[in-house]
Amino acid sequence: MSAKSAKETTARPSPGKGEAAARGPGDPGPAGMLEMFYYLCLARAVDERMWALQRSGKAAFVISGQGHEGAQVGAGYALDRELDWLVPFYRSVAAVLMKGMPPAELFLIQLGRDPDPSSGGRQMPGHYGHSRHKILSTSSPVATQVVHAAGIAYAAKVRGTGEVCLTALGEGATSEGDFHEALNFAGVHRLPVVFVVENNGYAISVPVSKQMAVPTVSSRAAGYGMPGVTVDGSHVLQVYEAARAAVARARRGEGPTLLEVTVPRLTAHSSDDQQEKYRPSEELAHLRERDPVRVFAAELRERGVLTPAKEQEIRARITREVDEGTEIAEAAPLPDPATATRYVYAEPPDAGR
Amino acid sequence: MADKRFLDAIHDALHEEMSRDPSVVVLGEDVGKKGGVFGVTEGLYQAFGEARVIDTPLAESCIVGVAVGMSVNGLRPVAEIQFADFIHPAFDQILSEAARLRYRSKNDFGCPIVIRTPYGGGVHGALYHSQSIEAFYAHVPGLKVVVPYTPADAKGLLKAAVRDPDPVLFLEHKKMYRSVRGEVPDSEFTVPIGPAAIRRPGRDLSIFAYGLMVHESLQAAEALGKEGIEAEVVDVRTLRPLDTKTILASVERTNRALIVYEDNRFGGFGGEIAATIAEEGFRNLDAPPTRLAGPDVPAVPFSHPFEEWFMISAPKIAAAARALVAY
Ligand SMILES: Cc1ncc(C[n+]2csc(CCOP(=O)(O)OP(=O)(O)O)c2C)c(N)n1
Ligand SMILES: [Mg+2]
Repeated sequence: MSAKSAKETTARPSPGKGEAAARGPGDPGPAGMLEMFYYLCLARAVDERMWALQRSGKAAFVISGQGHEGAQVGAGYALDRELDWLVPFYRSVAAVLMKGMPPAELFLIQLGRDPDPSSGGRQMPGHYGHSRHKILSTSSPVATQVVHAAGIAYAAKVRGTGEVCLTALGEGATSEGDFHEALNFAGVHRLPVVFVVENNGYAISVPVSKQMAVPTVSSRAAGYGMPGVTVDGSHVLQVYEAARAAVARARRGEGPTLLEVTVPRLTAHSSDDQQEKYRPSEELAHLRERDPVRVFAAELRERGVLTPAKEQEIRARITREVDEGTEIAEAAPLPDPATATRYVYAEPPDAGR
Repeated sequence: MADKRFLDAIHDALHEEMSRDPSVVVLGEDVGKKGGVFGVTEGLYQAFGEARVIDTPLAESCIVGVAVGMSVNGLRPVAEIQFADFIHPAFDQILSEAARLRYRSKNDFGCPIVIRTPYGGGVHGALYHSQSIEAFYAHVPGLKVVVPYTPADAKGLLKAAVRDPDPVLFLEHKKMYRSVRGEVPDSEFTVPIGPAAIRRPGRDLSIFAYGLMVHESLQAAEALGKEGIEAEVVDVRTLRPLDTKTILASVERTNRALIVYEDNRFGGFGGEIAATIAEEGFRNLDAPPTRLAGPDVPAVPFSHPFEEWFMISAPKIAAAARALVAY
């Protein structure tokens, strides 16, 4: 972690607990809404830049979260971003930005550079992790992380840390045995964990109708003795409201929640996928109507929170941050193969930084 | 004869076997409408319908376990695991169930399933889209493990696997799908599971390899030939059962053995070949049987310099061969 990006991180707005309490529970207030809007747009801009880097041949591969930002920003805003844990997946671009990783770090990961804070160029793009931000390192096999989230929550409970753990996965990943095992364990022990399923209707090409015989993922919650909720991820404030309730419940020691957020997958599964093969053109044509950035911007304009001047200011800041982040990453060195055999076993904690 | 890509040869084998035998079904993630993430099952869904080409839920243990059940009730399932790296949730189904069904039932039940899966690195796939998994599975009695190199073998061995009465793990190197081409006979044929093939005769040393490593070994042999070193390249192609006869006969001719594999060196499959040669071919050896294999880090790291460092390439093989000949 470079000193520069550390400074960027601390410069990020973070709502004080006192301020939130003064507004009353559940009301993010205009400043909170604008912060959510900032992260929504930042995540989109970072994401679009990742694709641009791939298209120009600078990155080998992209997998990202366009369309999922509303789910992640709404849920992320409900967390105590200092105290709580995030166990993300490859679409968690907005979530890890909110948790404190600056754009430069996401581009270092995207380009597989030596200072990539998540893996030092060992993992494919999209595999986030950062212990200082309490973001658990991610692997590729889907749903494995869900069980880890239950374990983190168990540790939080027995150690009395007051932490809540939020984990995210796709609806396809709920078919894996690990999903069942994690929710069962969390239910049995009433753990402080929120399972967020970002349901985009597809697992690569497989539609949700071939993934499960029930209409909602959340209906499965009953089988684990926890509440299940489904909300529309195009509406950030609705997600926030549901996530806030789930986090509060977890924090009170009342146990886990299964929170399903329906989202549009605005891109192909990844840069290796041609979605026109299996997605109806009619569906693709109307996809943008559900774009959370568009929906939330319209909502904030209507509420009078997002003025043209404010929007311009936010977007200008984002453009600057994304450009600067890209420059930092492109200038960073590739890893030295002489270091490839390191960290197979324990080394002093700061040895890799 | 037709010139085919590795990928097309595998596709053709599936298509022909499904046409020949209505009990053959294909199942896996994205194998239907999309035709698989690499395009191997392209068109099968349209040709044979969704009852025989099944887009499964995202659950590997389910895919293999369901295939086991299908196989004891009259179907011939060919399961696709999208990447070999994601086969691990199915390890129990493969090891404890598929591989033991016949032995534990005293031949009362068999398990004629094929599990196809792309393995291997060199495609910027990093830790979880590059693994070689053969050592875990070749260790298991009751399972057959096949790793083709030529498109003709890919087709013939897959057809043989579909007709085999026992479970077969069929490993396809993903880098070869679109980069390796070769002549494939037009007429109906199978290639028996078991025998190895000598791809290039030589007198100075034997190189034993499978999958993509045969390709790299042949390139190395070409370069060595220009230096006056004649390497024999043996394509092992079936890891279990292992053709020890062909392996030992080759060493008897060349007196030197280099075993090349992409997997981590420690505990890798090449150790089995080396041990066989040491035990049964000792008197023919002029040098120790030597392994050249992937370094012992957890799978292939992503970044280009890392991946290049990891992968066994023709120059690395040629260097190891020179050292062995000079021993
Ligand atoms: C265990 C495992 N099997 C297969 C894959 C390959 N794969 C990667 S993402 C994916 C689809 C995931 O779908 P979903 O959980 O709905 O998440 P989404 O990508 O739609 O956000 C698949 C099959 C994998 N990564 N891990
Ligand atoms: Mg999905």
